[in-house]
Order: sequence, then structure tokens, then C-alpha cells
Amino acid sequence: MRFSDQFEQRFTEMLTHYPTKRSVLVPTLLYAQDEVGFLSEEVIAEIASRLDLTELDVRNVISYYSMLTTKPRGKFNVQVCRNISCLLRGADELIEHCEKKLGIGHKGTTPDGLFSFEHVECIGACSWAPAVQVNYDFHENLTTETMDRVLDEYRKKVQ
Amino acid sequence: MATLVSHPDEVRIVSKRFGQGATKIDRYLELDGYKAVRKALGMQPDAIINEVKNSGLRGRGGAGFNTGLKWSFVPKQSVKPKYILCNGDESEPGTCKDRLIFEEDPHSVIEGVIIAGLAVGASSGYIYIRGEYRYLLEIMQKAIADAYAKGFLGKNIFGSGRDFEVYWHGGAGAYEVGEESALMESLEGKRGVPRIRPPFPAVVGLWGGPTVINNAETLASVPPIILAGAEWFANLGTPKNGGTRLFCLSGHVNKPGVYELPMGYNLKKMIYEVGGGIPNGRKLKAVVPGGSSCPLLTAEEIDLPMDFDTLMKAGSMLGSGGVVMVDDSTCMVKFALRIMKFYQHESCGWCIPCREGTDWLDKTLTRFHSGGGIRKDIDNIQYLSENMLGRTFCPLGDAAALPTISIVKKFRKEFEDHLEGRPCPFEKKGTVEQLPVFA
Ligand SMILES: Cc1cc2nc3c(=O)[nH]c(=O)nc-3n(C[C@H](O)[C@H](O)[C@H](O)COP(=O)(O)O)c2cc1C
Ligand code: FES
Repeated sequence: MRFSDQFEQRFTEMLTHYPTKRSVLVPTLLYAQDEVGFLSEEVIAEIASRLDLTELDVRNVISYYSMLTTKPRGKFNVQVCRNISCLLRGADELIEHCEKKLGIGHKGTTPDGLFSFEHVECIGACSWAPAVQVNYDFHENLTTETMDRVLDEYRKKVQ
Repeated sequence: MATLVSHPDEVRIVSKRFGQGATKIDRYLELDGYKAVRKALGMQPDAIINEVKNSGLRGRGGAGFNTGLKWSFVPKQSVKPKYILCNGDESEPGTCKDRLIFEEDPHSVIEGVIIAGLAVGASSGYIYIRGEYRYLLEIMQKAIADAYAKGFLGKNIFGSGRDFEVYWHGGAGAYEVGEESALMESLEGKRGVPRIRPPFPAVVGLWGGPTVINNAETLASVPPIILAGAEWFANLGTPKNGGTRLFCLSGHVNKPGVYELPMGYNLKKMIYEVGGGIPNGRKLKAVVPGGSSCPLLTAEEIDLPMDFDTLMKAGSMLGSGGVVMVDDSTCMVKFALRIMKFYQHESCGWCIPCREGTDWLDKTLTRFHSGGGIRKDIDNIQYLSENMLGRTFCPLGDAAALPTISIVKKFRKEFEDHLEGRPCPFEKKGTVEQLPVFA
């Protein structure tokens, strides 16, 4: 299993941060997922063997963290915050709008694999609500119109 | 990128370098950066602890514990290495301030970590940043690397003969990981389930070593205290509540944003003057004073100084600085439901009262809000919540119960208005889901 040089460099560096190998697990899983798209059987086996853990240990950790997934997602994962500050400023409408526009619901993926969609809990953008994260990018103070523009921008990125 | 706001009543201490390019280490140095560490290197550890203790700085992560006092619990002698752990998991709904510190002034956090280390005799620290904040993790990685390059971290820092290492660490999405003991589990590469206390982290923490865990804003408040003194900081706030804090105004308010105001700033003034009041000519109904775990205040209860002790006396909590305004168009049953759905989703499942309690409350509130409520539910919601209180390893159970109890108590009539199959009075007609009633 091959990861990018940047991944390997970071992995090696992280191992020097802690007195135990296992401590690198959570950030390493996220970095691996960023490269592969999801935590495949192969990724899990590789990381388990590098850290002297069982695959079960690794799976146990994966299932705890909401950003980690063992199933492929769309190229752009649209995460709409549904928590209180966003709720008060139109998160429900935004969610409904996105679901209609993308034709998918919570944790769905469009047939072309371009978008997946998730309702998420507070992403730390409460004062700039309603807020959405697409992969790692924040989009804030959204309306249904500006949301459309955001989605169009991502669509354009692959053309 | 988060937008910055300002108001004349602000007292900028933690935010004084915001908007000034202080992520660059040279700019940070021009703006008094790393002066506090240099000063602390010439102080006795106890003198640092006392300074911080006397400043009245209290934890900005939510619990409001006196920071210097917390540091003083770390044993002087320890066979195992001691650690500083900066909590940058920021996930309490309504809270978005640590994000600004990481984005605008990451070196202030590093400086706070080093000073905490000098105070308790630790020689390494970790800065844990929630996984969603990837761009902030990258800013922090660069800041740490720059500090190493200047000799401010690593061996013989500032030529003092002391060594200090700071490491970054990224999470992967979990509210519970913000809880101090779960945070340590997560850093050790495990599921973020809480540890039983005692022993407290100050005695047995990361890998069994004594560990100081502080919120990012708490740590960023330390360098100014070292430079300008405990008395100065204490005098900015109210008795036992030193300094300023970042208040995150959100929800139904005209000028949402993160404002740095003195501790003890009047809440009513915060809402109507700093925040510009409630939009669309509507009236305020309730306020979440410090993140979603805090009991709500009604519009009649807001004329009070925002400090830890006053809020506690008022039956709520100052919490994490997330002040959420709720106007009179909002259904409080729906609001309670949304809060409960969050805690149900985030409960790590370790303790039964929290795992089962949040699930039952979510189910009951969902049915109730959809018009399937029965009268007995109202007391049941309260009963279930009260039975979670104090019965869990960590306070997540309390965090779910407290706002719920306050909403049922203070807005009981709204619950009654949902009874007998009546649709939610606040919802647009025709959008109400009718679920079957079961009891
Ligand atoms: C469920 C739960 C979540 C928490 N989340 C955070 C958080 O995201 N950030 C934080 O600093 N403290 C959080 N805390 C509080 C921490 O347990 C701890 O009190 C704090 O980090 C200590 O630092 P302080 O004394 O500087 O506030 C949380 C507590 C609980 C019970
Ligand atoms: S509530 Fe949506 S970002 Fe905090």
C-alpha cells in the first residue's frame, strides 16, 4: 500500500511526538482517508500493522469519530450544520434546499460521485451561521442563493 | 475565514493581535510576542503559578476553574514526565472563539503552553485541534515550526538552558473528545471515552504522567498576565473573575460575532448594544448564555453581569462563551429537541444513564414535537433528565439534562400547547409530521 511522500513524511514525524506509537492513530487515519477517499480494508490493515495494533483496534477507533468513514463519499462532501445557532438562522431551509438540489438525503452520494451530503453538528461557525463545510472549506452566512453558487463552484472545479 | 467584528466596549487582550498578521512569527514578535516567556524564564515556578492564581483567570473551556489553582495541583516531583495539553477541540454548540485565536494568533497559544510548562515543571506540550479545523491545524503546524526555527522551542529555549517541546495533534470529529479525560484517551489513539476521577489529570494524566489541561483561550490569556501582572488582569473583571473573555454572539441577533468584553459585562447590554438587538422587530424569548449545555435564561432574566459566579447563582452557567439569542418566533420544544438530538448523537455510550437517557429523551421529544405528545411526557422529560444528573463519568449527561430541564420549567406552556395531537404552533401549516402516539 502506497501513500504520498507527504503522508509518509508526516507519519514519520508524528511518531516522534509521542511516547507510544498508538498515539498517532487518529490523525493518521484522517490523513490516510484524505488520500484514499475512505478507510478501505487495505488502509486499515496497513495502519494496524504499522502501529502493532489489531484491525479490530483500528476499526473500534474509526467507528467512534464522525469524520472517519469506511465507505466512499462523493468528491465533495457537503456538510450542513444543523445545530442551534445555525438552526435559528435557517439551517432547516438550507438542508431542504441542498437535498432537493442534489437529489440526495443525509449521508447520500450523487450517482456521478461528485457530491455527498451530511447533516453535521456544530462546526464552530456559530457567529457566521448558517454554515456549511465542503470537505475542509468553510462557507458561512449562507442563503439558498449563495449555497447554489457554492455548489456551482465545486461543480466547475471538475469540468 | 471567520470575519472579525468590533465594538467600542471591547477590551482587547486575547484578541489584540487579531487582524494584524500575527500568524507570521516576525509580526508576532513586533507585537510583544514571546516577551512573556522570556520573563517567565526568569521567574520561580511558584511565582508564575501565584501570578496566574491571583489574576482570577478561570478556565474558558466551560467549567471556570481557577487556572493557577489547577496548576498548583501538579505534584512538584514526578517519576513520570509531566505534560501540558491545550484543548482546541472547540465543539460546544454556540462556541466559535478558539477558532479565531488559532486563525489570528496561534503563537499566543504556544506561548501560553510554554509558560504553563515552566510553571508546573513540564517539558512538553500538545496542542489538540479538532479535525474539522484542518486549516487551523495547518496554521498551527507552521507556527510551531517557525518557533522551533527561532530557537523558541526545542533544546535550550531562548538560550535559557531549558528544553521545551510543543507538538500539534489533530482530532477526527467528536464533541465528547473536548471533555478533558476523553481528550487524553483520544490523544493516546483510542476511542474518546472518559476516565474516572480521581485521580485527576493533574496527578495522573497523559500516559500516566501529571497533566495540565487548559482551553486554548485560557492559555492565550496567560502571556498578558505574566507581562502586565495579576492585579491588572484581576481588575479588568469582577471579583474572582479576572480579565476579559471572548463572547460569541449568535442566533437571533443583529450583529453576531466574537467580541472580547470584560468579565462581568452586563448580558442585556451585550445583547442590545454590542449585538445590536433582535432582528426583524421581534422580541427576545430566551438566551443560551454559554454554549448549549447551559440552562437557558428567559428574556426577563438577562439583566445580570456575565461572570461565572453570577450565572451560577442565576441557576445557569457562564460556560464556554457561546451566547445564543432566541426570539419569540422559535418553538422551544423544537429547540429542546435539537439540543437533545445533539447530545444523543455525541454521547459516547460509555455510561448507561447518558447513553439511554439521551436516546429516550430524543425519542420522546421527537414524538412530542410532532404532535404525538401526551401530558405525562412533560414530567417524564424532566424526570429522565434529572436522573442523568451526576450519574455519569463525565458531565456530558449533565450537559444534556440541564438545558432540557430549564426549557421544560421555563416554557412549560409551550409543551402544553403541543398536546392532544395539535400541530406545533410555530411551524408553518401542513409541514407537521403526525407520528403515532405510544406511551
Ligand atoms: C462533554 C464536554 C465537552 C467539552 N468540550 C470542551 C471543548 O471543546 N473545549 C474545551 O476547552 N473544553 C471542553 N470541555 C471542558 C474540559 O473538560 C475541561 O474542563 C477544559 O478543557 C479545561 O480547561 P480550562 O480550565 O482552561 O477551561 C468539555 C467538557 C465536557 C464535559
Ligand atoms: S451551531 Fe452551526 S456552526 Fe455552531
